[in-house]
Amino acid sequence: MSESAPSRLNPYVRPDGALDVARIRQDFPILQRQVHGRPLVYLDNAATSQKPVQVIEALSDFYRRYNANIHRAIHCLGEEATAAYEETRAKVARFIGAPSPQCIVFVRNTTEAINLVAYAWGRAHIGPGDEIVVTEMEHHSNMVPWQRLAQEKGARIRYIGVNAQQCLDLTGWPHAFLTPRTKLLAIGHVSNGVGTIHPVKELVAEARRLGIVTLVDGAQSVPHMPVDVQDLGCDFLAFSAHKMLGPTGVGVLYGRRELLEEMEPFLSGGEMISRVTLEGAQWAEVPWKFEAGTPNIADVIAFGAAIDYLQMLGMERVRAHEVELTRYALARLRQLEDIVIYGPPDVERRGGVISFNLPEIHPHDLGTLLDYYGVAIRTGHHCNQPLMRRLGVAGTARASFYVYNTLEEVDILVEAIGQARARLR
Amino acid sequence: MLDREELRRQEDALDELYRDIILEHYRHPRNRGSLPSPTVVKEGDNPLCGDEVRLELLVEDGVIRDVRYQGQGCSISQASASMLTEAVRGLTLQEALDLYQRFHRLMIGDEAVDTTDLGDLEALMGVRRFPVRVKCATLAWHVLEEALKELGVVKR
Repeated sequence: MSESAPSRLNPYVRPDGALDVARIRQDFPILQRQVHGRPLVYLDNAATSQKPVQVIEALSDFYRRYNANIHRAIHCLGEEATAAYEETRAKVARFIGAPSPQCIVFVRNTTEAINLVAYAWGRAHIGPGDEIVVTEMEHHSNMVPWQRLAQEKGARIRYIGVNAQQCLDLTGWPHAFLTPRTKLLAIGHVSNGVGTIHPVKELVAEARRLGIVTLVDGAQSVPHMPVDVQDLGCDFLAFSAHKMLGPTGVGVLYGRRELLEEMEPFLSGGEMISRVTLEGAQWAEVPWKFEAGTPNIADVIAFGAAIDYLQMLGMERVRAHEVELTRYALARLRQLEDIVIYGPPDVERRGGVISFNLPEIHPHDLGTLLDYYGVAIRTGHHCNQPLMRRLGVAGTARASFYVYNTLEEVDILVEAIGQARARLR
Repeated sequence: MLDREELRRQEDALDELYRDIILEHYRHPRNRGSLPSPTVVKEGDNPLCGDEVRLELLVEDGVIRDVRYQGQGCSISQASASMLTEAVRGLTLQEALDLYQRFHRLMIGDEAVDTTDLGDLEALMGVRRFPVRVKCATLAWHVLEEALKELGVVKR
């Protein structure tokens, strides 16, 4: 993680070192709009984040000034586009502390990044009787690809369960989970369903000590806290641009160079080859051998602007802001009668995600009513059906925060919940 | 800064969605439970939101003599199921299918459908202003359609 500018030069940082949220909000045009006649209170950031003008303008600027296909163009536009596209790769590498831009593969989203590993690495390394360890708290995108792979290969999945505070139940770790047959540990960093931060660094270290390959789903961590792949020690890290102020349609797979080198391509065709004859082809170098076809050039370039923006804010400050919001929101929500809040009570062990239920209101009714008050939350299973089954509920209501959210918005949320309860009581 | 006119329109829409009669069915469901020897039992769910409805019909001489439902989910899905049980009791199977078709067409926004004599079901028409909630209101009715299909009732 590179250092952000010192606060006295940085317009986004208050003299006390905290984020200047009022200044940040000026950069997000969508926060000016009203919903059902009221100001928008956007608390669905775990699903996708809003975009600052810097990102919107970078996207528009590409199409207005230097739209061209990349990598083999001789002309000026193509060179500029190629440079900007590859510059984002370098920015991503710096942002997550990767040793080289060549460890960064652009895909469509986190789901595709995980599927890439399941196909290109998994199919070559997982065999009958092998074991893949995942947790019951995974987003479906870090569960279903492994279930398919296991089914296809006759391998087995072991699940790390969940305790009463929705933390991982690590009783018996490591030997109850990691066996001589374990080939892969695939684990989310922060639960999108209930917000728990998992002790990923410790789990990864143990797995790697045993020679097990590790994948971390960073979709809910990379946007919200400092994440350094070399510190984390994982072999693969997957995350999405759209949850971190960037555009939709761009995902990132970080992979350790040696692993990426020995993997076969996922998709094949244009862009990913070095030489093609009628008899066959030679693959391009990493990471390009994993980027078949014309990639999402414009959105990757705009993603570069999102990373610049986050770097300017500083990820330590982003995390501190979310901790403050979460602490305040937990304190206020806990005062509501009969509310059930999921996840660990300690804010240091959770991301900016609060999942809850009220006994008398179904989450969908609550979602509709809060929307009427301009408050956008998510309701349902959050692509966590096994976790919801474990909690014994069909779904939850989930509020999730980001850099532009304020304590006043938490107050509006709490007020709106009170109004919703009064209506359905 | 707040547009009072707009707020009133929104309030009206919300009142339409959560009409008292809907909340009344939700809090005090009719015909909830099961039958000792049902002619047909069907279940349906909406896996994306977790709503579930199980319907049991007792059919004699082509007439729905008794009906029960069980389920869980949002107020709209459960109130709609409760209303359904009241609406179809005593109907012939063909009449029940007709009612299903009328209700379904109404919920998907077909303006040409006759809305008279809908009884409590009329209260569900407010759901049409909330497109994402229409599937909640129609869940129990799709289960009814499945049950009628199993009984060999076909569209006239």
